Amino acid sequence: MTERGTTDVLAVQTRRKGRLRISKQLRTPLAITGGAIVVFWLLVAVFAPWLSPYDPLAQYFQRLQAPSAEHWFGTDQVGRDVLSRVISGAQVSIPLAVMLVVFAMLIGSLLGAIAGYFGKAIDETIMRIADLVFAFPTIILAMVIAAALGPSLTNAVIAMLIVSWPAYARVTRSLVLGARNAEYVIAGRLLGNGPFTSLGKDILPNVLSPVVVLATLDVGTAILLLSGLSFLGLGAVPPTPDWGSMVADGVQNFSSWWIAVFPGLAILTVVLAFNFLGDALRDALDPRSQEAVQGRAL
Amino acid sequence: MPVSSNTAPEKQGARAGIHPLARYLGVRAALTILLLFGVTLVTFTLTNLVPADPVQAALGEQAAANPEIVAQFRENAGLDQPLPVQYVTYLGNVLQGDLGVSQQTRAPVSNDLGKAFPATAELALTAILISIVLGVGLGMWAALRRRTITDQVIRVVSLVGISVPSFWLALVVYFVFFSQLRWFPGSGRLSPAAIPPPKVTGMYTVDSLLAGQWVTFADAVAHLILPAAVLALYTIGLLTRFARSAILEVLDLDYVRAARAKGLPGRVVVSRYVLRGALVPIITVLGVAFGSLLSGTVLVEKVYSWHGLGEYAYSAATKLDLPAIMGVGLVVGCVYIGLNFLVDVLYGFIDPRVRVA
Repeated sequence: MTERGTTDVLAVQTRRKGRLRISKQLRTPLAITGGAIVVFWLLVAVFAPWLSPYDPLAQYFQRLQAPSAEHWFGTDQVGRDVLSRVISGAQVSIPLAVMLVVFAMLIGSLLGAIAGYFGKAIDETIMRIADLVFAFPTIILAMVIAAALGPSLTNAVIAMLIVSWPAYARVTRSLVLGARNAEYVIAGRLLGNGPFTSLGKDILPNVLSPVVVLATLDVGTAILLLSGLSFLGLGAVPPTPDWGSMVADGVQNFSSWWIAVFPGLAILTVVLAFNFLGDALRDALDPRSQEAVQGRAL
Repeated sequence: MPVSSNTAPEKQGARAGIHPLARYLGVRAALTILLLFGVTLVTFTLTNLVPADPVQAALGEQAAANPEIVAQFRENAGLDQPLPVQYVTYLGNVLQGDLGVSQQTRAPVSNDLGKAFPATAELALTAILISIVLGVGLGMWAALRRRTITDQVIRVVSLVGISVPSFWLALVVYFVFFSQLRWFPGSGRLSPAAIPPPKVTGMYTVDSLLAGQWVTFADAVAHLILPAAVLALYTIGLLTRFARSAILEVLDLDYVRAARAKGLPGRVVVSRYVLRGALVPIITVLGVAFGSLLSGTVLVEKVYSWHGLGEYAYSAATKLDLPAIMGVGLVVGCVYIGLNFLVDVLYGFIDPRVRVA
């Protein structure tokens, strides 16, 4: 009962007042800061080839130089320019994280919608698999899968997809359960809509907007997870300029702090910006719904 | 609640002599055991999914070229059996504590894990204590000062907490507080000169206390502080946000307003009424919070040469030592499921509604 009540409220809110309240909530200082930083990094990712002072893969400099006028962020253990690599890193992490979240959302909400709408055995099967994924701490399962598949960025993304779809499935399922017996859906069924039309045309358009907003909040977490896998050597393969593996380089060359500090700051600022934005968005949507969805740890 | 729907199960329970709480716990326990089997199924599937041929890996190239030797090996290793049979064999091995042999240490994985486990337990328990105290404290502070500067500052702090890459922070903190400031000892669980206390639990702080070795205890605590603090930061952020909203929800309830109206001092209202009411949702999230800590150890321990599960998993991952990785996945998965079961049990005892429903 309560589940249905809150989801109804959520759906109505996003349909009627969603836009108005969101735009108002996004005028907070935190949201503006977050938005600005996100835009900054998106621009960096797009214009990376023109922004980076040197070739991010070229190894023609003296190794382990401290930051200087020529190399603002210094050089790494094989003589590559750290600034150029941090800039190119934006092209690796951000698009991959966005892509991952989009796919996780599509797969998760589709499976969740099917589970919620058809119920019974389909529901049980899908949700028990989801439970199994939730039985592991996220990065542990992602690590295990990525290791079994072999280290590469593609496999890391596949591993992350496997661990991240169930969150969307759960949310969508509960929203669909709430909307399944709404009057407009029943009316549609009486007018002759089959199950797929009913689900696709009547239910999903009405429940998806909170799911989409929730997905945008997850981009930060996805970047954190992806860089974590790369740090473990299970993501980006050298010499790809990935922020996570650059921090790992820093662990090997401990006294040259600049190798790890700058890529780490890049991760921190991007993730923080997405989380600033997400926090405001979540407040705008419904302060009570936030923990139910976000209660998943990294 | 309608009477009819309420009395039927109660009668049934009374006839069978089952307390509703016992039934709740029984169902939880059964689900937990199912999940544990699920975890072994996941690790088994992943082990079999490996692209590398186990025959090729175990035998030399020359031996692998000989079909007779290969057939013999496959038979010995049980690889010629159908997958369900292989799974049962695997399950039997796991239940007997046989997790295979690590490719890098050449020792049974279960031995390695047994050595590493107490170290991680010590680190994670310390970190969860720090997280609960600071997380719930900050969350409560923010909730009571809702929409003030304090609330905003705490919000930013908690957002920073969940945004910092822990593996990076570990490195930065180590560099600043050890290499530069020398405020804390460096990596490892004890100073190189110190002798570990006689093993009881394997946790140096506990063992040194049990043995009455105060110097060793101080040394172990000093080594714990940096990694535990780094590990806790994410969980503090998580708990702060959760505690804040849980407490805000309780603050609006009638019974809290009634307590205020009676003229009870604010401190009493908060500790006796608000915190107790908010405890149930906070406890439910502790399992998740602990999961985030276990994940964090994989990324943090390496930097501090903390010889626990995390460092073991890190080196296994970087060297693609699959038996070791699967072992860590299995153990961490089981610990996580076990803890969530404990949370469910605790929840059943604290929230009377669970006992009836």
